[in-house]
Amino acid sequence: MNIQAPIKPTNAEQALMDAFGQAVGSLPGDAAVTTQRSTLLRAIKEAGLPTRRRESWHYTDLRSLLRTIPAPGSTSVKSVAPIVDGSIILALLNGEAVKPANTGGVNVKSFAESLSDGSALKGLTVRDDDDFTGRLNGSFVRDGFVLDFPDGFDSEKPVEIQSVQGGGQNHSRIPVRFGRSAKATVIERHVAQGEAAALISSVSDITLGEGSEVTWIVMQQQGKDDTHFGQLRIKLGKASRLQLYVINAGGRLVRQDLYIDVDGEHSELTLRGINLLGGDTHTDVTLVLGHNVENTNSTEIMRNVVFDRAKGVFQGQIRVAPGAQKTDAKMSCNTLLLSDEADFSAKPELEIFADDVVCGHGATVADIDATHLFYLESRGIPEKQARALLVQAFVQETVEELEDEVLVEALEGVITDWLEKHG
Amino acid sequence: MLEIKNLHARIAEDGTEIIRGLNLTVNKGEVAAIMGPNGSGKSTLSYILAGRDDYEVTDGDILFNGESILELDPAERASKGLFLAFQYPVEIPGVATMQFLKVAMNEQRKARGEAELTTPDFIRRVKASAAELQIDMDMLKRPLNVGFSGGEKKRAEILQMSLLEPSLCVLDETDSGLDIDALKIVADGVNALRSPDRAIVVITHYQRLLDYIVPDQVHVLYKGQIIKSGPKELAHDLEANGYAEIIGEAA
Repeated sequence: MNIQAPIKPTNAEQALMDAFGQAVGSLPGDAAVTTQRSTLLRAIKEAGLPTRRRESWHYTDLRSLLRTIPAPGSTSVKSVAPIVDGSIILALLNGEAVKPANTGGVNVKSFAESLSDGSALKGLTVRDDDDFTGRLNGSFVRDGFVLDFPDGFDSEKPVEIQSVQGGGQNHSRIPVRFGRSAKATVIERHVAQGEAAALISSVSDITLGEGSEVTWIVMQQQGKDDTHFGQLRIKLGKASRLQLYVINAGGRLVRQDLYIDVDGEHSELTLRGINLLGGDTHTDVTLVLGHNVENTNSTEIMRNVVFDRAKGVFQGQIRVAPGAQKTDAKMSCNTLLLSDEADFSAKPELEIFADDVVCGHGATVADIDATHLFYLESRGIPEKQARALLVQAFVQETVEELEDEVLVEALEGVITDWLEKHG
Repeated sequence: MLEIKNLHARIAEDGTEIIRGLNLTVNKGEVAAIMGPNGSGKSTLSYILAGRDDYEVTDGDILFNGESILELDPAERASKGLFLAFQYPVEIPGVATMQFLKVAMNEQRKARGEAELTTPDFIRRVKASAAELQIDMDMLKRPLNVGFSGGEKKRAEILQMSLLEPSLCVLDETDSGLDIDALKIVADGVNALRSPDRAIVVITHYQRLLDYIVPDQVHVLYKGQIIKSGPKELAHDLEANGYAEIIGEAA
């Protein structure tokens, strides 16, 4: 007899359903948006939290990792100093957009408004059945920013989208369009204030117009009890260039989905990921990169530093579409394991349907080189400092590729601070 | 300044004994050369002095200014004034040379209870020492030793030595991989550090370096022991007659 008994929902699954029941009346959106929210939530209910049996969640079994959902309700938070002095700050305080005093020439609308007027509906989609983050965010999203960098936009000043949370649940969304030939730097920063645990989801839909040049930096600095589901959905237009940095330096359970489609010829992606992992945390970066047209380039470098009992995951899938000739894609994933219980899983995947391409990948896992350490110590640098210097060097190399020195210094500062606390 | 007494040491991993009852005294102000054929334990001795944990001291002692250093880690030995110029300086990607120099100088100063250097003071010192060693400041902007030629690496070692101002300098095969011009520059750098308060131990396989850094004493190391000591002329004998004769005498 094969009777499929309905699986009893876990505490976390039930808590999500309850939270939705409580929140749905107050979430912004027209009728169609509200219907879509319910549809997405039902999909979570039916599928349950993804387990290792789903391939893209194989190393991050959410059903066992996500045990509790923090109750709604956050302590109040304040905007923080930006990473780079003088940045245009767009603040999301506990998930709610603060109307900016100065937008530096960027057209800004709150996402809540576009939910209310229904224009947000077309974005409330999911990529596929594995897209838990898309479903979660689409069900619960309350606010965010809709940003439009006009054609020809050119500013030295970075825009810092600053999502500050004080526990509870926050779900925000950031659709962004970079116009033709726009040049911009955006720092998407996630910060915790206070000790209360949080469940956060954040989806950024980023479209690069023809000839645009964008540096986008995700800086995830959540608190030690926080769960963070981040997702970037990126489309690169013709002859556009994206430097994408994803830095994880916080959180207890973190999943970052990077869905990137290189859709325009002669466009170029540079992805650099830095995972600074410590404590009893679990951090997963999953990349699905499509080279969909001819003559595109990409390089992906992940640098992971793992202390204590932390676990890290990098899944990097590169798909070269049929006909996407002259694709040049190189991926590498390098890990420093700094304790016996530290753990990192790297899974590269290449799916190539064109015959005139250059694609490669490589992964390394190592401890600190004893000869390097001895050399530094023999010059009077105590072991602890020498280790910190070597760990820093390992990740710093990727940061130094940014040409903007102010940005390099700012990111180095974040890395140094983290290492001082964990080293 | 340096007294090594009946030192026995082995490779930690496999227990192979390399140093077998070595006795050596180097006085303040002295330049001592340690010569020996391949495999006699020259490099091992330099690593043991610097405190590398690949080697285990099983007997005897090393006194530096009258104090045993066996229990000190490499950084503590360095801040007490011991410096090893490596035969093969290590390339460390990602660590900028200038940053490394500054951290090393300041950590040593901190360990000795001295104030840290200000940035202008630090730069001034580096510039002065680099000029003497004909080191281009651009080279120091690169990661530590990465992509340096053999000669550049050795000059960078001597630069570190002159900036850190150690009281005991140990030079391990500093002449290896150097052409004659580079050798002269390096030797001039070392000679500039000769002082009544400082001892220098030059470890070398060949006499050649000792034409430029003239030693006060020459010690012959063979099978982990000093088998003969003498004035600088001993190095010339070795050059002329090889090690065989002395080894025969000692046997």
